[in-house]
Amino acid sequence: MKPAPFKYHAPATVDEALALLAKYGYDGKVLAGGQSLIPMMNFRLAQPAVLVDLNNVSELFFIQPNRDSSVRVGAMTRERQVEHDPLIAETAPMVHAAMPMIAYPQIRTRGTFGGCLAHADPSAELPAVSVALNARMRVRGQRAERWVAADQFFQGFFTTVLKPDELLVEIALPPMPRNSGWSFMEVARRHHDFALVGVAAVVILSEAKDLCQEARLVFFSVGEGPVQAHQAAQVLHGQTPTAEAIREAAEVAARDDVDPTTDINASADYRRHLVGVLGRRALTEAFDRARQS
Amino acid sequence: MSDTFGIVVTVNGTRYQRNVEPRLLLSDFLRHDLGLTGTHVGCEHGMCGACTILFDRQPARSCLIFAVQANGHEVTTVEALGTPDNLHPIQKAFWETHAAQCGFCTPGILMTLVPFLKENPDPSEQEIREAISGNLCRCTGYQHIVDAVKLAASYGEG
Repeated sequence: MKPAPFKYHAPATVDEALALLAKYGYDGKVLAGGQSLIPMMNFRLAQPAVLVDLNNVSELFFIQPNRDSSVRVGAMTRERQVEHDPLIAETAPMVHAAMPMIAYPQIRTRGTFGGCLAHADPSAELPAVSVALNARMRVRGQRAERWVAADQFFQGFFTTVLKPDELLVEIALPPMPRNSGWSFMEVARRHHDFALVGVAAVVILSEAKDLCQEARLVFFSVGEGPVQAHQAAQVLHGQTPTAEAIREAAEVAARDDVDPTTDINASADYRRHLVGVLGRRALTEAFDRARQS
Repeated sequence: MSDTFGIVVTVNGTRYQRNVEPRLLLSDFLRHDLGLTGTHVGCEHGMCGACTILFDRQPARSCLIFAVQANGHEVTTVEALGTPDNLHPIQKAFWETHAAQCGFCTPGILMTLVPFLKENPDPSEQEIREAISGNLCRCTGYQHIVDAVKLAASYGEG
């Protein structure tokens, strides 16, 4: 057998799962879709003592409209379901656009929306998308629950604010603001591979649609988690988003906002170059969509 | 450490009751415990697609599911498709176009394509290539596989 032995629990409710996590602490590991964890266990890179399998926790599988027009997604909702859900496509079109780029169809059958976020792979799509959209994460422990903004949720390389006895139970995806546009792009050596660089952008125009009110440009695969290009956003803030301004913002993003590293797939220089190219293309598309909104 | 769990799983329409260690992969369960060796095991980390099966009728990697998680679920393997005398249309199309060479990747590709053709009875070449992007073949260069899918689609019975 490939994985090392472990104790296995398959609770039926969130309360039972939280009790198990509280009991086992750092020895316990949550099993969601397993499409990242099980490969690591097969290689014995991960050898958790206890697995708490959430696949029988039916209350975590849902996509629902919320009263404030956001969409609530249960953490165990399969990526495949999110990909094909009409409410997601309407309310969070960037999520809809990003889903087919996550791994392969066979992986999305099993992989979960919340599992991808809690895993916090720096080259994954959904963490960057959730930050660009200002998504909010509902985190439950045995005694308390809290809502965490996406840009606070990710803490670094495969690290989130989740404590060992806490669960990410749902994600709220807000509707797109008025006069806003979005773009999602990535470059990979082969379609469906992990992105060498990717970007999720949301821009908001003024009422007259002539000035940039807000620009959120979030890159992935260039750092320890989703990387917000704050300095690039400053270039655009309050300005008319001309081709020139967009080009300058993308250059600033590549020069000042990211600090990519070299690995077997791409050099740091090439990644920096891609940040500039993708930043320009994504901002251009997002502003076009905002003007047409 | 060898706690075992009793599971009941339906594979290709037959109910099996077995005791499994939780760390047993579904791929190994199918091959070793049930003797269904049509499901091939390649990389065992989700990249190659050789072990693709249908889990509750949707394509999934059997190397990335624990057998214990299949309790109460329905699994379909390549053994369910056709027989040498009565090939499934997709198998017949592979035969006709010489789309299997060494055959190692073939079961996973077939199990990917069966639900794909049900959902997309008349796919474009781009959609076909997209559909098999999660399956590695090291012999054919994929061209004959793409031809096979087009041929199978032309049979009109998925």
